[in-house]
Amino acid sequence: MQIGILYSRIRKDEKLLLGELRERGHEVAKIDVRKERFGLESTTADVADLDIVVDRCLSTSRSLYATKFLDSYGVPVVNSPETGDICADKAKNSLALARADIPTPATEVAFTKEAAMEAIEEFGYPCVLKPVVGSWGRLMAKIDTRNAAEAILEHKETLGHYEHKVFYIQEFVDKPGRDVRALAVDGEPVAAMTRSSDHWLTNAAKGGETKSFDLDDRALDLVERASEAVGGGMLGVDLMEVGGTDSGEYTVHEVNHTVEFKALDAASEVDVPAKVVDWLEAKAAAAADGEAAEAHT
Amino acid sequence: MRVHGRVAGTMTSDTDPVVAEDPITGEEIELPADVEVGEIIDSPVTGTELEVISLDPVVLEEAPELEEDWGE
Repeated sequence: MQIGILYSRIRKDEKLLLGELRERGHEVAKIDVRKERFGLESTTADVADLDIVVDRCLSTSRSLYATKFLDSYGVPVVNSPETGDICADKAKNSLALARADIPTPATEVAFTKEAAMEAIEEFGYPCVLKPVVGSWGRLMAKIDTRNAAEAILEHKETLGHYEHKVFYIQEFVDKPGRDVRALAVDGEPVAAMTRSSDHWLTNAAKGGETKSFDLDDRALDLVERASEAVGGGMLGVDLMEVGGTDSGEYTVHEVNHTVEFKALDAASEVDVPAKVVDWLEAKAAAAADGEAAEAHT
Repeated sequence: MRVHGRVAGTMTSDTDPVVAEDPITGEEIELPADVEVGEIIDSPVTGTELEVISLDPVVLEEAPELEEDWGE
């Protein structure tokens, strides 16, 4: 197969993916989005013969636009721009999870610091303030006091990009020092791990310690439904255990659409790149079948 | 201070280590044999992220700095 990879930097994750694809004899077209242009009818990127393109852009804005353009040309692309659109924005992410009746932390959005302050006071302390677009735990604030809330809101309103004036406020979930990251392809879990830290942010990118984790039936169900809620694809579903490690109850706080998997590959016994490529091959075959069926109608 | 210099290195075969000059320090650094265009290498001297711009010849540049919308 001919498989394209949209990227702007090759991380360990992309290297694992490239290695697996080449080992299986696929032709890989690396598409550096920084060098390409995307017109209304076509692109400078050589995508016409590709069976599928996988979006591995590190930059959310590039990811969203590049996949949208490719999709408009009829090039099969994963994840879909629709999935990306929901996952890239925490507010849309929360809404999608809530609409699908998936337990997710209580969340409010406010557009002025006065309205945000009211929301924070109603949540009580501590609560959490997050940027609607962002990753790796950057610019997240656990707010412990009214004084801190006032200072953070003023800074965001004064110094921030307009997106920082969309105040995304969330209840603080007292997780047991860890959260759970599951990688799933169209709802089917590939592997999962816990990320532990003494800090309230447990992201692997923040140095959280990772360990393989077996999803129980409840978590499996939530991962499948969370994937469906955002439109499916290769996703990182983040869950927090509510009421302790043995409670069997979870809340899903986020679904990520350009999921990193190097930490999961290292923590788990599962060959994560192999599973991802299995799925990519199946998606490409399904896209080709769809095209063939369309040509016959 | 950002350094935009480009320094070329050499690549002889798929299995030989790839050697290139660090564009910031000027020191010779060894890259993995399977190095890719677009790959990010941490400078062993300064820890600065370096991007592989090309393989023949091997050219390294200081990698772009983290931007706000980068991530998952």
